[in-house]
Amino acid sequence: MSNEPKETVTTKIWSETAERDNPFAAASCHCAGFDVYGDLLKNATYIDYLYLLFKLEPPTENQTALLQGLAIALANPGPRDHSVRAAMSSGVGGSTHAAALIAAISVGAGNLGGSREVFHAIEYWDRCGIDLDAWKDLIENPPQEGRMDVWQPMEHPPGFDPNGVNCPTPVVQTLTHLADVSPGTHLSWLSKNRPLLEGYTGYPLAFSGVAAAAFYDLEFQAEQAEMLYLLLRLPGAAVHALEQEKLGWRKYPFFSKGFKVTE
Amino acid sequence: MTVHSKFERYEDNWQTSMGGWSPEGEVILRGKALFTELNEKTWMEYLLFAATGRESPKIARLMEAMWVICTSFPDPRIWNNRIAALAGTARSTGVLASAGALAVTEATIFGLKPIKGATDFFYRAEGRMTQGETLEEIVQSELKQFRSVYGYGRPIINKDERIEPMMEFAKSLGCGNGKFIQLAFDVERYLLQTRLRYRMNIAAVCAALLADEGLTPTEFYHMATLAFTAGVIPCFIDAEDKDEGSFFPLRISRINSSGCEGLRKWRK
Repeated sequence: MSNEPKETVTTKIWSETAERDNPFAAASCHCAGFDVYGDLLKNATYIDYLYLLFKLEPPTENQTALLQGLAIALANPGPRDHSVRAAMSSGVGGSTHAAALIAAISVGAGNLGGSREVFHAIEYWDRCGIDLDAWKDLIENPPQEGRMDVWQPMEHPPGFDPNGVNCPTPVVQTLTHLADVSPGTHLSWLSKNRPLLEGYTGYPLAFSGVAAAAFYDLEFQAEQAEMLYLLLRLPGAAVHALEQEKLGWRKYPFFSKGFKVTE
Repeated sequence: MTVHSKFERYEDNWQTSMGGWSPEGEVILRGKALFTELNEKTWMEYLLFAATGRESPKIARLMEAMWVICTSFPDPRIWNNRIAALAGTARSTGVLASAGALAVTEATIFGLKPIKGATDFFYRAEGRMTQGETLEEIVQSELKQFRSVYGYGRPIINKDERIEPMMEFAKSLGCGNGKFIQLAFDVERYLLQTRLRYRMNIAAVCAALLADEGLTPTEFYHMATLAFTAGVIPCFIDAEDKDEGSFFPLRISRINSSGCEGLRKWRK
């Protein structure tokens, strides 16, 4: 055996102690100092633990209520949503179940209603806070990309629906509830100023915009929000994929009549 | 209140010149019939036509050499390949291994971001030089704005062993003398004089060679999507063939838990 120091995985999130008879099996696991299987398992809720994993501190009651509400609002975007359609398209063909979730994540990662939109919306919050004039200016003069990226530039102000007409009722219901329970100020500011912001953008607020404000009230960084938004929307993708897998491709739209190859 | 969504005109209405399949058995790609006009192409020529609309056996051959020489090292320690090896050792499927690994190739320190970014840099740099800026000004402003220049510098080691064989092959095709590849080497010469001492990596070479053939950053990006698969698949097979779980297992002492040693009690 070499005496060279072994390479290690460095983490502030997790620590383990080894079983006495097996250095490759954990006897205890701690998340941010809390005993996961001896304490959290019995005493924490799933939402609390989710918050702890990202923030390394337990949530306050208001933070739990906010994340709980957000998790319910995002859990199933419904079978018309692009990411859920991706999962169902995987399901009807009999692909692996992992493929359905990979498909949902791939599609639900984008700039339109996806996690990248949430990322950009949080950047807007970072730049503008609750300064209405700053929002107006940024919406009118969106940031320019200095160099090309694998992501395409945003084609609309993040958090707003470029294909919307009026702010849909579930978006308003979610915003109202989350603003009520939130410990922060951004959701209630958004709720109050929504009509003005919609006027500046020309588009109604979208779920991604509400989610971004909620993450901002939870003091999540843009990258953390992007990740958690992807995670929170997966349950709907999973169940719709399973349902369509059982029903089969014959009962799922193929758009036979709507497809036309032009010159 | 009567309002209409702009989606109404798109409902059951997808019109495309890209192509498709018809129940009568015809397949069209970019206006050409697959079974009669495209059937004798090599796969790389077909991919090039599909992704860019270009028909060029020379570019396809150049691209194929890039795939062989530059992008598919079968080493499971390389981060994208490691996904495949982990999938193999964890007994997932080969396609899930490749899907995960391919997604991971869209990375910052290797893979797709440098590939697209280096091509974009050369086009921008060439445009600015035409406007009268010097190479030094362009590279310095790139470093100031982005703290890096895509295509220069490399994790683990600085020198890139792929450049020489790739350039050799490119020259055998009559490539390797264009303005972009010359620019690529000029940038390296400049960066080596700076305190950064960045050397060129293979992303810059491939980007410049293809820019000299007229490929855009986005075209190269699409063409590079699958470039890594020949390195990924053997890593999966190797790990799947060995004992399950045996790929670089980590004992508990390999977790360096910095800053979370104190024990805390959850409030009920």
